[in-house]
Amino acid sequence: MKIVVCVKQVPEGNVRLDPETNNLCREGVGAVINPYDLHALEEAVRLKEEHSCTVTVISMGPPQAEDVLRESLARGADHGYLICDRAFAGSDTLATTYTLSRAIEKIGGADLILCGKLAIDGDTAQVGPELASWLGIPHVAAVRKVVLTAADRKFTVERMMDDGYEEVEVEYPALFTVVREINKPRFSSLKGKMRAKKADIPVLTSKDIEADDRYVGLRGSPTWVSGVFAPEQPDSRGRRIEGTAEEQASDLAEILSPLI
Amino acid sequence: MLRINIDACNGCGLCEQTCAVDAIHVVDGIAEIEQESCTGCGGCVDVCEPAALFMEGQELEEKNNALAEWSGIWIYAECRNGELAPVSLELLGEGRRLADIRETKLSAVLFTDETSNLTAQLISHGADTVYLVENPIFGNFYEDANAAVLTDLARRYKPETILAGATAIGRSFIPRVAASLRTGLTADCTCLGIQENGDLLQSRPAFGGNVMAAVLCSGTRPQMATVHPMVMKPLETDPDRKGEVVKVDVEESLFDTKIRVNNFVPLESEGVALNEADIVVAGGRGLENEEGFKLVEELAEVLGGAVAASRAAVDSGWISATRMVGQTGQTVRPRIYIACGISGAIQHTVGMQSAETIIAINRDPDAPVFDIATYGVVGDAFEVLPRLIEKLKQMKA
Amino acid sequence: MDYFLTEEQQMIVDVAGQITDELIIPQRAELDESEEYPTEILDAIAEADLFGLYIPEEYGGLGGGMFEMVLALEQFGRGCTGVATAFAASGLGAIPILMAGSEEMKQKYMPQIAGGKRRAAFGLTEAGAGSDAGAIQTTAVLDGDEWVINGTKQWITNAGEAEVYTIIALTDKNKGARGASMFVVEDGDPGFSYGEKEKKMGIRTSSTRELIFKDCRIPKDRMIGRQGTGFITVMKTLDMSRPGIAILGVGLGQAALDEAVPYAKQRIQFGKPIISFQAVQHMLADMAINVEAARSLVYSAARHIDAHPKDMSKASSMCKIFATDVAMKATTDAVQVMGGYGYMRDYPVEKMMRDAKILQIYEGTNQIQRNVVGQELNKEYAGNS
Repeated sequence: MKIVVCVKQVPEGNVRLDPETNNLCREGVGAVINPYDLHALEEAVRLKEEHSCTVTVISMGPPQAEDVLRESLARGADHGYLICDRAFAGSDTLATTYTLSRAIEKIGGADLILCGKLAIDGDTAQVGPELASWLGIPHVAAVRKVVLTAADRKFTVERMMDDGYEEVEVEYPALFTVVREINKPRFSSLKGKMRAKKADIPVLTSKDIEADDRYVGLRGSPTWVSGVFAPEQPDSRGRRIEGTAEEQASDLAEILSPLI
Repeated sequence: MLRINIDACNGCGLCEQTCAVDAIHVVDGIAEIEQESCTGCGGCVDVCEPAALFMEGQELEEKNNALAEWSGIWIYAECRNGELAPVSLELLGEGRRLADIRETKLSAVLFTDETSNLTAQLISHGADTVYLVENPIFGNFYEDANAAVLTDLARRYKPETILAGATAIGRSFIPRVAASLRTGLTADCTCLGIQENGDLLQSRPAFGGNVMAAVLCSGTRPQMATVHPMVMKPLETDPDRKGEVVKVDVEESLFDTKIRVNNFVPLESEGVALNEADIVVAGGRGLENEEGFKLVEELAEVLGGAVAASRAAVDSGWISATRMVGQTGQTVRPRIYIACGISGAIQHTVGMQSAETIIAINRDPDAPVFDIATYGVVGDAFEVLPRLIEKLKQMKA
Repeated sequence: MDYFLTEEQQMIVDVAGQITDELIIPQRAELDESEEYPTEILDAIAEADLFGLYIPEEYGGLGGGMFEMVLALEQFGRGCTGVATAFAASGLGAIPILMAGSEEMKQKYMPQIAGGKRRAAFGLTEAGAGSDAGAIQTTAVLDGDEWVINGTKQWITNAGEAEVYTIIALTDKNKGARGASMFVVEDGDPGFSYGEKEKKMGIRTSSTRELIFKDCRIPKDRMIGRQGTGFITVMKTLDMSRPGIAILGVGLGQAALDEAVPYAKQRIQFGKPIISFQAVQHMLADMAINVEAARSLVYSAARHIDAHPKDMSKASSMCKIFATDVAMKATTDAVQVMGGYGYMRDYPVEKMMRDAKILQIYEGTNQIQRNVVGQELNKEYAGNS
């Protein structure tokens, strides 16, 4: 069985807006694997340990995104591909998912695609479902448990709803986006790190994946950010409670006392 | 119109040198365009190495000609177990407002497995039309079938805008619809507006919630957005409102699904249910670790309140994600909300700002949480909380 | 300071450091309180391949040396001396097999120990034989194809949690030091049981119990090396392992410094951060100097041992004494810098101070180590009298 895991490199911590110039301050921001994607990767590696699977990680991003692919290899993935081309710059979720779908088809398709439920920088939770749409395969979002019954070519998964969870069955090929409760990601192992360091990580360009240039990058992105602004500051600054910790605690206890 | 993709801009300044009318300036490593001065000659686009600058109009001209064919505002009326999700009525309230500005019709799309009085409810809450699809399959939620049917309806009736709730269901299948329609989708909006040309201005917290981003989808239709629950206001119900119900027949094959739903397990509530609690005590990054977070749990216990957390606390694994308040979590409206060690990025405050009373405890006097706090305590949660818990215990005894 | 680590050595630091930061440090206070064995953490360490650091590749390890082990231990020691002790004790238990065991024995035990699937422990100390290791009373008598062991080992780290125990027993009471031999005893061997869990001052997450042998019968081939070589094996094992204890002192001293400096920068007294007072600055400076000096000495000793010299005792003892005394001083001073807060269990330095004490005691007290250094000096300068 072939599993593809989509991982994204995201800034570590928050990007801030300079309140005076309204410019984004990006300096001094490191980059890490999107935390949700770590759980998707862990689930893939866990499935690999139980069944015979290969785990391929793909990431679309700048050349530096190779780092998250190497880290994925250190954590148990078998292969990594970097999808990287200037033509992809400015992609919104539609263009991103088209590009990912082309890359997945180019590397031979997948029986299962795992994504994090969302990326903590974009926060859209759209990439998984849109990618499934491009590939024409079913998806289940916000999955918190995956069980594979290889004999029946099907998965039994638990998907989070707003008021509980549901057990659903899906035949593969399928795509799941996973929530963080699904597992506890393992640490990179020493052998994995050494292997990852030497691993060959091919770069797939727009040409390599035979992308239709009407669908990639800015041209393939219907949405665009027309402006970035600081959130409205509701002017409801209340009372400050001053004094030592002891005095502050006393005042708070006083305020809360009607509730006791 | 000349546009720039700031992600691609490398601040090289070639455009600035090329521009004959001095309409581009590189500020803080990113080229800025003065639209008033720009003549749209395109010289800068040709020299821009990373292709960050581009002419919007040219690319989209063709599409623009077809845009006029799409009209009306749709909301997806989410329903589960025969009842409308509260967000559906909120969407109708907001949709009505937008439709009135745009002078167009507001329609609700309802998928249901049984004939019900929900259509009347939708109309009395502001819908002019209800597109109704009835099929037994809609007793459950199937990502693929739901998406196929909504896609089909959108292609046939060509709405200008589709809004849906950013619920588990909406956030799962609406992106599928958007991708099938090859159109844009903005996730989890907290503020909507409409421009003169009909473009929907879709705003949402971005970059970890420190800033708001306004998103447009000018070149394709429908323009689609999911909307954060409990942000928009529903209309008062008006039983005299008139509207039309259009029963839509859909090709049987669209109901095919590769998914089978076995059973539903309601969420076990850990302690007091968050969205029903009168008092919510929340903790964030400032509590430093799991140990620190225990102070929040203790305070909640003394007050008989519910425990909540910011995303930082959930991401650090101190508490389960079901307890997260904010953009990616739940929205709460308790009588008292006590935020401990939470800075108050809007990612979080969007989920709690309508609490009656907000008490904030934070070391940083400049933390934005103090801007919305009824009572602000600038201090160390590790020093204030244990004392407060002790005092409240004494009062109780 | 830059110690010019190779890329692989840096990877060891990174992998062990990540486990320390993300798994050990968040749990250490709770583990100290509950005194529970850190199984989850040790499993994560096993998954990261670190149990096999010093074990040759042919036995499933990574083929590193003491220096590589020291790099990992420094990280774990920075997190929690208790967890690091539990990890290090498995290594200590495995060294006798690696050093003196038969090929068959190595093939049997080392791959499992390298993979962290079975943990090891080392059994030397008895109630009447602490610093005076020669006073052991446990006996092993050959009966047909089996050794019959009787006696009790005391304060054995990892007892009850490990699966493989390397212990020393007298096979000939009349021959003194030459009458002792080492054996492998496995968890579950008939007649082998454990005492109650000891209640300790520090390193409370590590398990310390008695090993009780009552007519414990083990197969004949469980003897490590030749009969009568037990003490030599024990002494060589301890010579090799001491830098592993020393580095725990370096990690712990560093951790104390990492707590004390940020505190001193942020704590305001007399209107100023206390780090602006020279009295405090000098304490912090001494901590930093001593920790760095200890690190340099331990690294050098570990590299010296990896060159397999004949004379490793002195270097090994010197680094153990120096680094563990530094840890005691640094943690005590960290508590002092943090004052009343430092003394409270809400802050990590009081635990560090409790943990530091054992480093001066176990694997040979620092007094016994000074004896070793003294005796070695006496030998070195033999011609000068």
